[in-house]
Amino acid sequence: MITRLKRADKPSNASIDRNNQVHADHLDIGYEGVPVVRDLELNLGPKQALAVVGINGSGKSTLLKTVVGLLRPVSGTIAILGKPPGALPKRIAYLSQFHASGFVLPLRAADVVRMGRFTALGLVGRITQRDHDLVADAMKRMQIEHLAEAPLRSLSGGQMQRVYLAQVLCRQADLLVLDEPTAGLDVAGKNLFEQIMRAELDRGASLITATHDIQEAMVCDQVMLLARRVVAIGPPEKVLTSEALMETFGMVLNLKSKELCLAVLERECGHDCINPAENP
Amino acid sequence: MDIFITPFLANEFMIRALLAGFLVSIASAVVGTFMVLRGLAFIGDALAHGVLPGIAVSILWGFPGILGAAIGAVVMIGGISLITQHSRLTSDTAIGLLFVGMLALGVVIVSRGTSFTGDLVRVLFGEILGISRQALIIQASASLFVIVTSMLCVRPFLLLCFSPEQAEVAGFSVRIYHNIMLLLIALAIVVSFQTVGTLLVFGMLLAPASAAALVARRIGSMMILSASLGTLSVYLGLLLSYHFDLAAAAAIVVVATLVFFVVLAIQNIRSDGLSVRRSRIPHDHSLEEG
Repeated sequence: MITRLKRADKPSNASIDRNNQVHADHLDIGYEGVPVVRDLELNLGPKQALAVVGINGSGKSTLLKTVVGLLRPVSGTIAILGKPPGALPKRIAYLSQFHASGFVLPLRAADVVRMGRFTALGLVGRITQRDHDLVADAMKRMQIEHLAEAPLRSLSGGQMQRVYLAQVLCRQADLLVLDEPTAGLDVAGKNLFEQIMRAELDRGASLITATHDIQEAMVCDQVMLLARRVVAIGPPEKVLTSEALMETFGMVLNLKSKELCLAVLERECGHDCINPAENP
Repeated sequence: MDIFITPFLANEFMIRALLAGFLVSIASAVVGTFMVLRGLAFIGDALAHGVLPGIAVSILWGFPGILGAAIGAVVMIGGISLITQHSRLTSDTAIGLLFVGMLALGVVIVSRGTSFTGDLVRVLFGEILGISRQALIIQASASLFVIVTSMLCVRPFLLLCFSPEQAEVAGFSVRIYHNIMLLLIALAIVVSFQTVGTLLVFGMLLAPASAAALVARRIGSMMILSASLGTLSVYLGLLLSYHFDLAAAAAIVVVATLVFFVVLAIQNIRSDGLSVRRSRIPHDHSLEEG
């Protein structure tokens, strides 16, 4: 049984543009003027969650980086909270994909979480009791309060991911943009993540998450399937059809037979995701 | 005890050398910490050598060497960003190219002059034992400036070391703060060349900060430890130089490098001990995934 992160009101056409947290029109995204995905249309309302699903190289991270202002759009328009991307750093939290680096900074877990307050504090703003409380609360929510004093280099991959997520939480942002947030998390960690994202949406935030995990996508309000083009976008029960999933993941499975492909998908993602209509 | 204290009590030049070395250590500790954590060691090395033509020209034309060094550093930083912005080459290629080019230019300029030999040795290896009052004041002001600027920029610098992308999204321009960091490295090098020389200033930037990075758990403690190890190296280096008649600046950097290896050895012995102890304790794996 699948419950949505948030039963959002149906987005009416009247709410598009002005109230939308993210609005993209005829958007081409890519690197150095070379488009990776063309002609994106996107409207994400307040308290809504969007899952961007695709294999590596499908354009997921490119889209997220464009949303947070790290990449310029190749063409078309995009507005984030009514402004150009990158104009409102205090209201946006971003979690990039982290790769194992050869050198780990001499920081404790709590120091890393505290960095989430730097935007609000500015260069010289004094850290207040509220900042300390937000840091402690974020660590408690990610169930890592016992690791506060632990050096970053002593943490496992999953623990580090929880620290990074706590940093995102303590920013108290209106739009969370998360690139593969559950990478390295076990089942308990994924469940905790889902629970916390539900609370973030209740608080009033919107969410964009990139994932290859169909189960994670199914609890979002909207799903965008990417395969260097938009395969489909809409509510999960309409978008996550076996044909669309085959097209999205087909190239990685590289299988000729449709039956075999579906069997692999069912094994990887569960029965629900390839026959979502049966489970309204 | 006399052999440890008397050289400094009996000679004013030794006191000045100690003070100058202490100031170099502090500036190098603050800048070196960010240099090591942000992976800018190569650019630091290149800057330390790339200032040579600027100094050579200033000696040739009779203006202060510190000004020539500053111009050399600005040319290096400008050249590196010019190449990386207008080509697909990575920054280490640009750094390497300018490093060797500027060093060669320095040697070419030096080879033109006949009066250079003494000056060149002074430029390359410093004159810590003959440092003037004025040079000490410049060194002190520069160290103060480096510390104040680093403290002002500590949040963006930390974010830059953590993840440049996160820094940019958090509203701290990567381009601006990266360049401020480079300028601080350049400043620490330019003002230190009079004391420890261009060839050896890099050792003071790198060795104490690297040793501190091995054991420190926080950025602040890494800086303090780095400054302490640097100061210790200066003291021991000067002492060795006094008693065994060695080149003072080179002796300091040799000691700093040895200190790094001592810290590395201690850290390895300690962590071996810890892992043995840890393996005997049942470990809580409930939060370890991935």
